[in-house]
This record gives sequence, C-alpha cells and structure tokens, in this order.
Amino acid sequence: MTQVLVFFDRVETELSRAQAELLTHADALGDTVVVTGSLPVTGTAPLAVKGVTGVLTGADHVNAPIYAPDPALADVVAAAAGELDPDLILGLDAPETVDALARAAVLLEAGLITGATGVTGSGAATKSVLADSWHTTAQISEDGPLIATLRPNTVLPVLVDAAEPEVVELDVAASSAVEILKEAELPSTGRPTLTEASTVVAFGRGVEGDLSLVEELADELGAALGASRVATDAGWIDHSAQVGQTGVIVSPKLYLSVGISGAVQQKAGMQTSGTIVAINKDEDAPVFEIADFGVVGDLNEVLPQMIEEIRRRKG
Amino acid sequence: MPGSLHIITLVKWVPDAQLERSIGENRRLDRREGILGELDEYPLEAALQIKENNDAATVRVSALTMGPTGASAAVKKALQIGADDGFHLNDEALAAADISATSAALAAAINSVRDPDSADYLVLTGMASDDGESGAVPAQLAARLGVPALTQARGVVLSGQRLVVDRISGNRQQSVAALLPAVVSVTDQANDPRYPNFRAIMKARKKPVTTLDLADLGLTGHAVESKISMITAEPRPERQAGEIIHDDGEAGKQTVDFLTEEGLL
Ligand SMILES: Cc1cc2nc3c(=O)[nH]c(=O)nc-3n(C[C@H](O)[C@H](O)[C@H](O)COP(=O)(O)OP(=O)(O)OC[C@H]3O[C@@H](n4cnc5c(N)ncnc54)[C@H](O)[C@@H]3O)c2cc1C
Ligand SMILES: Nc1ncnc2c1ncn2[C@@H]1O[C@H](COP(=O)(O)O)[C@@H](O)[C@H]1O
Repeated sequence: MTQVLVFFDRVETELSRAQAELLTHADALGDTVVVTGSLPVTGTAPLAVKGVTGVLTGADHVNAPIYAPDPALADVVAAAAGELDPDLILGLDAPETVDALARAAVLLEAGLITGATGVTGSGAATKSVLADSWHTTAQISEDGPLIATLRPNTVLPVLVDAAEPEVVELDVAASSAVEILKEAELPSTGRPTLTEASTVVAFGRGVEGDLSLVEELADELGAALGASRVATDAGWIDHSAQVGQTGVIVSPKLYLSVGISGAVQQKAGMQTSGTIVAINKDEDAPVFEIADFGVVGDLNEVLPQMIEEIRRRKG
Repeated sequence: MPGSLHIITLVKWVPDAQLERSIGENRRLDRREGILGELDEYPLEAALQIKENNDAATVRVSALTMGPTGASAAVKKALQIGADDGFHLNDEALAAADISATSAALAAAINSVRDPDSADYLVLTGMASDDGESGAVPAQLAARLGVPALTQARGVVLSGQRLVVDRISGNRQQSVAALLPAVVSVTDQANDPRYPNFRAIMKARKKPVTTLDLADLGLTGHAVESKISMITAEPRPERQAGEIIHDDGEAGKQTVDFLTEEGLL
C-alpha cells in the first residue's frame, strides 16, 4: 500500500476546495496521513474523511501553532516523514506550501516537483511547462519519497465522511526565525473564487477603468472576475485578480476575455480554459489566435447587448 | 568594512518567452539562445534601490548565474543595469540540473563568492525562473545556507540588519521581518525595473566577471546530482483560432447565440 503524507500549512474549520482535491488525489493513491502547522480549536472534524488515518502536527499546537512562513513547518514535515517513511509527500501548489516542502526536500534529501497535474505511487508526476505549451512527465531517480505540489482543478473533489482522525504531536516547536508583523485576510469579493469558478470574465486595459459592464456581465453569468496585469497595475482591481504567468492560472469551462490583447504572460494563465471567447476592437490582437469565438468590436457596444440578451433569454 | 553589505542577486539565462520554446529529443530545453529572465530584473532593481537608499559605498551588488557558456550574457546584462560585478558558474555536470541540484550548486557558489569583508549578506532572487517556473529554488537555497527565506516579496525594506518584507501568502497579506543574512524572492509587483542607458552600458565593460566551475567550489559532480529527471515531453496541441466575427450591431446577440449552442449559459 502506498503511504501518502499530505501537507496543509493550516487546517481551518472547513477544507478549501483545493484541499479537498488534494485529499481526493491522496485517497486514490493509498493511505493518507495529514501533517499540518495548525488545526482549528474545534479539532479534526474537517479531516474526518475516508482515507485519512491520522493527523500529525507540532508540539503544543493548541497554544503555539506554526504558521507560514515559519521554517519550522518544514521541520514538522521532515519529522512526520521520519515517522512514516512515506512514498509520496503532497501539498498544494501555493507559495507557502512550496516554501515548506522545498525546505523539507533539502532536509530529507528528496526529489521535488512543483506545479504537477498528477502523481503516481511510483514517484512520477505529470506537469505542463513553458507556459503550458509542453506536457512532461518527470520521475525521481532514487527511492522515494517524491515530494510534489499539485495544481488546483486537477481532480473532482469527492470526499466520503469517516471518523475523526487522531492527532499526534511531533516534537517540533514554532521558531522565531521570521517575525510576522501584520497579517490580514484579503477582503472577499462576493464573487466566486477565480481558480474555482466555472466561468471567468477577465478584462484588460480596454475597459479604461470603468468596471460597470464587466461586473454586470460577471453577475449575470455567476462568473469570477479576472484581469490583465495592466488592469491590476492600474489599481482597477486587486492584484489577486490577475490572471497570467505572475498571477493566477485558471482553467474554467468558459473564459471571456474583454479588452485584453493576449500577451504571452496573459495566455500562460488561461489557455487551458475549455472555451475562450474574446472581445477586442483590434482584429490583430493575439488573443484571437486562441479564441474559439472572437468578436472584433467595441466592448462598450458589445457587452450591453450581451447582457440584455442574456437577461431576455432568462426571461 | 563593518556595517557593509554584500547583496548577491541571482539571474538566470533563459530562452525568450516571446519566441517559440522547445524541448529536444534528449528531453532537454533548447538553450541555444537566451536572455536575462524578465522576472530576475525585479530582484536586481530591488538590490540597486537598497544600494541607493543606503551609503552606496558600503553596499556591493553582485550578479550570479548558473548556466551554460551563453549564460554570461545574463551577467553582462545585469552589469549594464547596475550590478557592480558578476559571477558565472558553468560546469557540464550541471546540465539538466533539477531544483535540488540547482540550489546545491548556487548555495556553494554563494558561500564561495560572499565578500569576506562584508558584515552581512542578502540573496535576492526572482519569484520564479521563466523556464523552470518552480519557484522553489529560493526556499531550498535558504535551507542550504541556513538562513530564513522570505518569498513572494511585493516590497523589501532594509533598516540596519533588519529586513521587512510585504508578501501575499494565499489569501492573506503579510508583513514579515527577519535579520540578515536572508534569501528574499522578489515579485514583479515590487518595483519597475530600470533600463540601462548608453553610459551604463559603456561602464559595464570594465566591471569584473568571474567564471567558476564545480572544482572551484570544491564540489564533485556527485554533490550536485539531480533527484528528478524528465522522462517524456510532448508539445501540447496548439489551440486553433475559431470563428471571428466583426460587430455590425448584432455581435452581442451572436455571442450569446454561440454560448447557448455550446451549452455554456
Ligand atoms: C515579467 C512579466 C510578467 C507578466 N505577467 C503578466 C500576467 O500574469 N498577466 C497579464 O495579464 N500580463 C502579464 N504581463 C504583462 C503582459 O505582457 C501585457 O503587458 C498585459 O497582459 C497587457 O494587458 P492588456 O491586454 O490589458 O493591455 P494591452 O496590451 O494594452 O491591450 C489592451 C487591449 O484592449 C483592446 N481595447 C481597447 N479598447 C477597447 C474597447 N473599447 N473595446 C474592445 N477592445 C478594446 C485593445 O485593442 C488592446 O488589444 C507580464 C509582463 C511581464 C514583463
Ligand atoms: N540557474 C540559475 N542561475 C541563477 N539563478 C537561478 C537559477 N535557477 C534559479 N535561479 C533563481 O531562483 C529563482 C527561482 O527559480 P525557480 O525555482 O527555478 O522558479 C529565479 O528567479 C532565479 O533568481
């Protein structure tokens, strides 16, 4: 049986969709033990799912949880691996996880693959590289463990309820190498999360700072709002909405690109979408090279008509 | 020099993302041509700003690259932009290096080129390399150097020996602090990189570049063996352009027709 160690930097009262996906991957591979820096005060209820046989965390986790970017997170992972001798150590493809697992890989002298789309029990991982233009498979050269971070939207999360797993504290304490001076959660947008939404309406310089039409369209479609870097740099929307190489990578069923030229760095974040619809007044805009349906036109004329037509059909 | 600082910025020589990039039959990235990775201009700019905001004479900015012979172009570009001197680690044993091998070699190189006269050092890297895109080298490097890693910096402020970094961590915004020495990875949100002017390009010609191989670092090929190797690589079928219409007053409606036909509404 393959032994999988799943790392979450923190577990809150509810699993995120990405965390649920990771546990789904792990359950398909073998027995799962979760290792984390912190747990909700209410206990391990969110981890009470089939496949999870136990939870490991730091010493005194109730009073002194370990939060990113404390390097002690990596020590917890290494200590857990020492106990379990896992074949695979998996985490989310997010900076705080990459940091902790990269450091753990050094401690464990293990191979690391980030941004994988799938893994096998024998230490191979699939991965898209070069802005998603190549598909590759990579393999660890020695005996395990393979440490890998997995991208979101690589599996449909299916979790089956089970008994609450037991928590075991490891002999690792939070360190003071990095002091957290301030921390705030990003304000909620009230719209679906970019990486999880099945429809994304993304806008660029073309909207010239006026978001009313794209917001109205997004609301009609129940879509998340994304943006190009020009639009986030201009402060029209928070940086967390940026789609692309240095922003979020999305892969929704439908991606509506509005007033975005389609530079390589923007394409890197959206070209694996199911269907791409582009609206741009310049017929030579590179986004049209990858659009399934393209409208050469002024967004200020096309969008109001779209919104009206969608409303009319909804009745 | 007491109170002096040596900033080592990592610059990777990568194939230009604006051009077609490919992986060869040997499952190695085609590296015949390259540029200084765009994401490595931000840490360099951050280094130059730290130098300018302090007593410039006490801050030394070095650029370090690891790569094949052509990679010296990335160091030269960094010198034109404003680094004081450069180092190029070039060794056949480093071809196809994975994250582990890359961080092991770069850590040894940093330990070797670190200014013995400087009280402190700071390693600045990009948020990700334009080709490897793992974003994992900075944390591994910090682990090997035994110093803290502050990654994904949107802002870096140094006061004395204390670094304060603003970063995004998942859905959280953090401000974190650590003492030097440290590794900081800098995002494209942190600053606007400068372009070299003619004067700077002229001046760069006189700046020293040192080429190193593994033996110079006291390493054998074994110390930098990769743990991961690529076993298959295939180009993803390119997306085809679909139907393009010109708005003649009906395009909004036609778009909704398309979405309805595709079952996307
Ligand atoms: C290191 C690096 C990383 C980067 N990372 C990212 C990233 O993650 N994401 C990203 O998006 N970019 C990124 N960029 C920037 C990228 O290169 C482009 O500059 C950016 O995507 C362009 O944004 P845009 O399409 O909104 O603006 P522009 O390129 O200026 O395009 C605006 C488009 O709007 C159209 N338009 C204008 N008015 C109208 C109208 N009324 N109706 C319809 N169409 C109209 C124009 O025809 C034009 O095509 C990065 C760049 C670098 C160097
Ligand atoms: N071969 C290399 N030479 C110099 N710097 C590198 C090299 N590989 C990675 N780096 C640095 O580490 C950062 C992150 O790289 P990566 O982990 O490959 O995404 C890059 O932006 C560079 O600053």
